[in-house]
Amino acid sequence: MTDAYAEARQTTEGRVYTVTGGDWDSTFGGGDPIAEERIIVNMGPQHPSTHGVLRLILELEGETVTQTRAVVGYLHTGIEKNTEYRTWTQGVTYVTRADYLSPIFNETAYCLAVEKLLGIEVPERATTIRVLMMELNRIASHLVWLATTGMELGALSMMIYGFREREYILDIFELASGLRMNMAYIRPGGVAQDLPDAAVEKIREFLKIMPKRVDQYEALLSGNAIWRKRTQGVGYLDITGCVALGVTGPVLRSAGLPWDLRKTMPYCGYETYDFEVCTHTSADVWGRYMVRLNEIRESLKIVEQAVDRLRPGPVMVEDRKIAWPAQLAIGNDGMGNSLEHVRRIMGQSMEALIHHFKLVTEGFRVPPGQVYVPIESPRGELGLHVVSDGGTRPYRVHMREPSFVNLQALPAVSEGGLLADVIAGGASLDPVMGGCDR
Amino acid sequence: MADNNSRPADEVQGQAGAIENRERAANSPASQPIGKGMFGVTGSGDTSGFSGLVRRAPAIVETPRPYGGYFDEVVDALQEAYPAFHDAVEKIVVDRGELTIYIRAERIAEVCAVLRDDPSLRFELCNSVSGVDYIHDPRRLHVVYHLTSMTYRRRIRLEVAVSVDNPHVPSVTSVYPTADWQERETYDMFGVIFDGHPNLTRILMPDDWEGFPQRKDYPLGGVPVEYKGAEIPPPDERRAYK
Repeated sequence: MTDAYAEARQTTEGRVYTVTGGDWDSTFGGGDPIAEERIIVNMGPQHPSTHGVLRLILELEGETVTQTRAVVGYLHTGIEKNTEYRTWTQGVTYVTRADYLSPIFNETAYCLAVEKLLGIEVPERATTIRVLMMELNRIASHLVWLATTGMELGALSMMIYGFREREYILDIFELASGLRMNMAYIRPGGVAQDLPDAAVEKIREFLKIMPKRVDQYEALLSGNAIWRKRTQGVGYLDITGCVALGVTGPVLRSAGLPWDLRKTMPYCGYETYDFEVCTHTSADVWGRYMVRLNEIRESLKIVEQAVDRLRPGPVMVEDRKIAWPAQLAIGNDGMGNSLEHVRRIMGQSMEALIHHFKLVTEGFRVPPGQVYVPIESPRGELGLHVVSDGGTRPYRVHMREPSFVNLQALPAVSEGGLLADVIAGGASLDPVMGGCDR
Repeated sequence: MADNNSRPADEVQGQAGAIENRERAANSPASQPIGKGMFGVTGSGDTSGFSGLVRRAPAIVETPRPYGGYFDEVVDALQEAYPAFHDAVEKIVVDRGELTIYIRAERIAEVCAVLRDDPSLRFELCNSVSGVDYIHDPRRLHVVYHLTSMTYRRRIRLEVAVSVDNPHVPSVTSVYPTADWQERETYDMFGVIFDGHPNLTRILMPDDWEGFPQRKDYPLGGVPVEYKGAEIPPPDERRAYK
């Protein structure tokens, strides 16, 4: 009997095998194994720590990352191209699906762009509702960041708490729009329907419980030795690096630059709200954690002010050539035309029926031109570049997605660090691949 | 275009480059017919009268001075800091409170460097690089740059136009590293070739993809679906208002 890996010889005590295990001698004789051995690790696109379908190609020397390459595009769904084949109002339902953790921001930026092209201003109540919804959405998005980053760094309870509170916000969205996510609630000219009283009550309840919960998260994570070790000094990116790489949002603010479009280039009346721009100076994952945590607190302040400001009034422009003819209502099968409106157009007014049909099928025309509307999304500057050729459909819609732009910084924050810190550094950029790939 | 506005003729006529630019601008017609009818169908016995309608592509009209707001300051500062201003700038348009400077494609990287480095301009942040396919323009592929000056809190837009036959634009990645992926996306979607880009490959579409999906002559695609016995064509083949 012979064996390729074990040489055998006969002795007085019987047959003895010498197990060599193959070519170990030549391996050990070949020099420093750490320096010589180049390992390429393909991480993703199906990996629990890459926030969706992000693929990383890492070149390792031992456990140190020498090169990072991010491969994106796995979630490309042609959202921008699709909007060119739908009416201006239908475009909302496409852009809302890009960054699925901050749908309200996508919708608002798109609608602000369409309104700028049209040259119209929305009623005050609609703007207040938009601010309210955006800030609630910002809290929900930051909660998902806390939850997933907690999970990735080993704090599993944070995952459960984060998603629990986020679900509360999604319940508010459902009360207001009939949908938890991708609501298409913000429409060119205002919002789809008025905020029901039940939603306002639920927001007030949320404002009572949430500040304590944020303190709980901080108590849970900030003092934890593992959390500190995994975040402090990890994923360093200073202001110069951020600006050169186009990184905006909490990552830029964690480096110390108080650049927040709500303050620096206000829109939707943000200049009239009282809130602080949260910054930190450590420029690492810890700083981004602190900035996001504090931004939840600041957003709560804005939500409270916005709720107090809500006054009865229209939530859609008066122009019946733009505003949806029906007052939408939530039925037992979701949002739809109110029964009164259906009764009127079917039974009483032929003209109203024609108008409804024209506006829904043809839509409205938008004067030719191009605009760029940037807003501060939870991940940074979300810019909508919208071009019209004067038709009933957008000629071109481009989303300047903060996830896409910020991901370029991944090599800068991860190269030279440990493999485990790629996860922390990547998570701190908060990429959402739905937005990145569009 | 350049000729049908009230801008004083002697203001820039001294510059040979400016005249050349005006001629170039005048070569692309102000507004040209791009199609007939409203619904994209023919031969259907339409009696509405809409089938005789001639649709025209919108014209981009140069804005005369003063531009208003900080736009004059930006243009003056650029003119002062950049000697080849009259050669590089094709036209300046202010629309809906936004300043667009149309630049000759081969000059874009130089202009970006001046805009970033000059102390009175300081456009440190390149927000967005993307493309638009104006299919009726002879130079139909436009690349649009949105820049922000964080120092002065200003925004401007730069736009360059190239033809499909010669879609070369210098890369601005050496000025703005953030343009890296965005130029790759513009190449991927429109087929604009950025000379000097360190790694110009597809980014959103698969590497072996053929064609440039965001071009206007690239179909949206899709399959017809049956709904309650009727066949609904894919979105880009449906009858639609133009």
